[in-house]
Amino acid sequence: MPEPTQAERPQSDRPQTDRAMIEIRSVTRSYGAFKALDDATLTIREGEFFSLLGPSGCGKTTLLRMIAGFDNPTSGSISVGGQSMEGIPANRRPTNMVFQSYAIFPHLNVEQNVAYGLKRLKLGVTEEKRRVEEALAQVSLTGLGKRLATELSGGQRQRVALARALVMRPKVLLLDEPLSALDKKLREQMQVELRRLQQAVGITFVLVTHDQYEALAMSDRIAVMFGGKIAQVASPKEIYQRPVNRQVADFLGGMNFVKAEIVEENAASLVVDTLGFGRVRTDKPKAFVRNGGGATLGIRPERLRVLWDNATAKFEVAGKVVERHYFGEITHLIVEIPGLEKPLSVTETNDFGADDIPVGTPIRLAYDPEALVAMAD
Amino acid sequence: MTAAAEGTPAFGMTRARRNALLQSESVQGFALISPTFVYALILLVLPILVVLAHSFWTQHYLDIDHTFTLENYRIALTEPIYRDLLWRSLYISLTVSFFTVILAYPIAYFISFHGGRHKSLWLFLITIPFWTSYLLRVMSWKVILGYNGVLNSGLMGLGIIDEPSTALLYNSSAVIITLTHAWAAFAILPIFVSLEKVDRTLVEAATDLGDGPLRSFLRVTLPLSAPGVISAALIVMIPTVGDYVTPKLVGGKDGVMIANAIQAQFGKASNWPLGAALSVTTMLVVSLMAGATVLIIRALQRLAR
Repeated sequence: MPEPTQAERPQSDRPQTDRAMIEIRSVTRSYGAFKALDDATLTIREGEFFSLLGPSGCGKTTLLRMIAGFDNPTSGSISVGGQSMEGIPANRRPTNMVFQSYAIFPHLNVEQNVAYGLKRLKLGVTEEKRRVEEALAQVSLTGLGKRLATELSGGQRQRVALARALVMRPKVLLLDEPLSALDKKLREQMQVELRRLQQAVGITFVLVTHDQYEALAMSDRIAVMFGGKIAQVASPKEIYQRPVNRQVADFLGGMNFVKAEIVEENAASLVVDTLGFGRVRTDKPKAFVRNGGGATLGIRPERLRVLWDNATAKFEVAGKVVERHYFGEITHLIVEIPGLEKPLSVTETNDFGADDIPVGTPIRLAYDPEALVAMAD
Repeated sequence: MTAAAEGTPAFGMTRARRNALLQSESVQGFALISPTFVYALILLVLPILVVLAHSFWTQHYLDIDHTFTLENYRIALTEPIYRDLLWRSLYISLTVSFFTVILAYPIAYFISFHGGRHKSLWLFLITIPFWTSYLLRVMSWKVILGYNGVLNSGLMGLGIIDEPSTALLYNSSAVIITLTHAWAAFAILPIFVSLEKVDRTLVEAATDLGDGPLRSFLRVTLPLSAPGVISAALIVMIPTVGDYVTPKLVGGKDGVMIANAIQAQFGKASNWPLGAALSVTTMLVVSLMAGATVLIIRALQRLAR
């Protein structure tokens, strides 16, 4: 049985409170007839690493900028830390931002950049210096304080931007695609570091990204957005395993879609008939709205396993390999199943020789019915 | 045969060398600037050398005594009239560049930050005064500042003054007002360009870190537009020191500047060597002042951090 509690279980080991840090209520942002954000409602919890994920133009950056105060909702309200943000300018909000371009002040050195926001607080020279040092240490930049922004690498600039925001000890740290300008290796390293940093400082992080792996790897919860609307809010695992619709499923990696006929529907589950997988009983997704007699079943390519030789499984489908793509540690097989209009895509590790299966070989695939997820048509 | 056999590789080598020479970047660069360079050499460097040479000679009625002397410089630097004229010129040009920059900055800022889609229209509007001759623009200031001018009749009409003021025209203030107006566009453009280069996210970052509009302007926008301010100040300052037409037309007796004295030496007084010495002195002083201005603005910029 799938575990419904899984969705609510945070990935982090640090205890989180369930108190709301950011509340977004029916927020709409229109530019003339175009709605960049359309009636978005969302609660982000205290101490949470939250990601806004979606393709470009989905409204995620607009939402982030409205939380920061650089843009205002056309209608609806935003509150941070229980306080309404209406009429509060960006410079008086308890949020700080890491900009996509980092926005490091070119006329100041690293120390002066980090101390920029502290100057106004009049902390005194020693306290200010101590906090700057602390922030630089947090992002592993100790000793680079006197460097100019122009003398820094992309990764270092990113760290300066992070330190400059963290030193303000905001309630919420907003990150606007902070890793998109870095190369792949550095990006992966920074993902781990960002996550570790968030755990250490315990500040609520709101990350905007279009990279699904980044969102899955770093977040406690993710909001997937399309066309100005929030499609699903859940933990990375729930989003990946139980996407509410085809759009979400497609955006988060590969998914095989199979047409299904609804045979039986009750409050918690669905029984559907499919051509390839036969009759299947699955959990009914929360947002499921029946639209006629049809539905779509989805299964991730890695949840289909090749059955070698005479091995059998309780649930299996038989077909024929029509394409094979080699990716180093894994192989993608495209398998035609009699009765299915589209062939299934299967991801198999290369431990057992999936990379040597000749095209045209008859093949049997095992699956777990729990891996089949029902989506509204 | 032998000679030809030896000659061919030699010829080949020169050709190779010539090709290499033509392909080298510096040679190509020199080739590109050579027309302008020759032009500048003939019309700028040579005249300056002629002036420099004259400044060390002496005028003897109709001909010039070519023996080396520093007498002209002694006169230029010690005669009270030339000293006063030089000081006044420096004072006027400094004041003009100060006010021009102060007045141009908000205009450039507005166009750059709030010009929206109409930036080029605004810039175009700024160039409109240049459609008329400079003389006409100076003359129109005469109409505004004169005894029966627009300003006087306006002030009288409002009952602020009883009789026309003569303090408006024919003095150094009139020169300052006229020059400030005339040079505005030359200050607006460099400031506009440097403001355009200021990354708008930097201003957002400053706001995000707690700065209000004024603070973020003083701490980010202004320091980053300093190069534009420096070039605007220099563009206005250097030519206005030697301005000749404006003081002649609106300066009266109190508004005479060093260029008028230089003109007199080359003209009516017919003492080219003294005129040359005055020119060279002015050039040196202007260079020093320009250098000092750059240093002062840089120091202010550093202070702003």
